[in-house]
Amino acid sequence: MRLEWRIASDVREIETIVAEVTTACANAGYSQRVCRLNVPVALTEAIANAIMRGNGGDASRSVRVCAVVGEDMLCVEVTDEGAGFDAERARAMCEDPEWLEREDGRGVFLMYALMDKVETWCDAGHTVRLVLRRT
Amino acid sequence: MASFSTEREGDLLTVAVEGQLVVGNRADFKQLVFDQIESGARRILLDFSGTAYIDSSGLGALVSLAKRARDEGGALHITGLNEDLRTLFELTRLDTLFKLFATRGDARAAF
Repeated sequence: MRLEWRIASDVREIETIVAEVTTACANAGYSQRVCRLNVPVALTEAIANAIMRGNGGDASRSVRVCAVVGEDMLCVEVTDEGAGFDAERARAMCEDPEWLEREDGRGVFLMYALMDKVETWCDAGHTVRLVLRRT
Repeated sequence: MASFSTEREGDLLTVAVEGQLVVGNRADFKQLVFDQIESGARRILLDFSGTAYIDSSGLGALVSLAKRARDEGGALHITGLNEDLRTLFELTRLDTLFKLFATRGDARAAF
């Protein structure tokens, strides 16, 4: 199943997308834990990051989300209009003990922790690809 | 989305989070608890037994609330984490920052 959205940079748009992707995963037989934890949290992080950091919360900029829910694998691409960021560095920052009491900065770390693979690239905008194999 | 229900007994504030605590509602959640701290709440008990998931913004809000409670001479205790939510706290090492309890009774007794 392929699902696709183009949304304005508004965090209120996130919930519907997350619910639809999670439902598609559940219908495809993905585990309850994946549908309760991995998919909703990682996808929320990716879209929120695109809206707030990639597009800087600029409502005139859009975010494209494309999800393919396959029998063996979930693949979601989230593309914003920003210049991208160093995902590995963002992930590593969260592992710094000094970071524990900071309010921000856990989103990228959680994407990596909850997905099997995270890829990022800049082309026509910045894209984060989340991949989760069905176990 | 989510709803927050509150109970106040003296300086004890209990907040139950139903639904998700995420980027879309964390500001409302923080403000609700900050307002209660302003009005004298010092023992803050957050109950997540009705919570589906928490994202990084929600976790960050908890860090901020715990600091504020501590700065005011109070404390923040957490209860009701299911296995998935506990995993989130462990992944982010926030299980070492917060005091987590199995039940509301345990959390209250530990203040």
